Amino acid sequence: MTWLAAHGTEAIFWWFGSLAMVSAALCITRRNPVFSGLWLIVTLFSIAALFVILDAQFIAVLQVLVYAGAIMVLFLFVIMLLNLGRQVTTDLKGPTGAGIAVGLAGLLLFQLLILRHAAPSEVITLPAGSVARLAQEQGLVASIARPLFDTYLLPFEVTSILLLAALVGAVVLAMRKL
Amino acid sequence: MLLAPALSVSAVLFTLGVAGVLLRRNAIVIFMCVELMLNAVNLTFVALAQQLGVAGQLFVLFVMAVAAAEAAVGLAIILAIYRHRHTVNLQNINLLKG
Repeated sequence: MTWLAAHGTEAIFWWFGSLAMVSAALCITRRNPVFSGLWLIVTLFSIAALFVILDAQFIAVLQVLVYAGAIMVLFLFVIMLLNLGRQVTTDLKGPTGAGIAVGLAGLLLFQLLILRHAAPSEVITLPAGSVARLAQEQGLVASIARPLFDTYLLPFEVTSILLLAALVGAVVLAMRKL
Repeated sequence: MLLAPALSVSAVLFTLGVAGVLLRRNAIVIFMCVELMLNAVNLTFVALAQQLGVAGQLFVLFVMAVAAAEAAVGLAIILAIYRHRHTVNLQNINLLKG
């Protein structure tokens, strides 16, 4: 029964993983930026599902809310504001550029796939299922919020200043005539 | 644990993002590819957080905040460029080219 449960999880993981990879490939090849954006949203949702499988349910909710909900709406809004929906010519690069891009990407993929076998040292590894157990004991949000407002308080405050700066910067850039 | 599958999916997604940046000329699509790369890295963080503690998930939180800030400022810059030159095609935006 545990074997079945484990392999069922792996099957679901690969299903969402392939969905993410296929829709990412469609995202970078569609001529119409609106379709690109919509395929990217499918990718983001699949990654949220992967987060759930990897014991990060709160991050998955944030992924849907922040990425698919806020950032992608902003992207689609700008695409439609600039009226880029009807592209007559493709903006994909020609054979030379595409060849260089695919070659470089293939090299990078080769290097990254070697890292797949990387395993963290036994000394620093937590026992299996300890993150899920922590979430069960303290609650999903509390298990993340506790270190956030304790160990990582300073980065958290710096992030809020960064967001304020980005807010002001975006308004200034959008309002002023450059 | 699913560490190796997660790292594989993450590697493929990151590569697709890099390929998109190299392949496209539309500034907004290039921006979306950058978001795709950030997401691939987030997946790595979450996968490793299973074995190395919740801190990895916290870093995903910070990456999301930085990505939101980057998207807001970047899209404002693209809007400003579009108002100035009436295009978002990077082939026509070559002021810095000698």
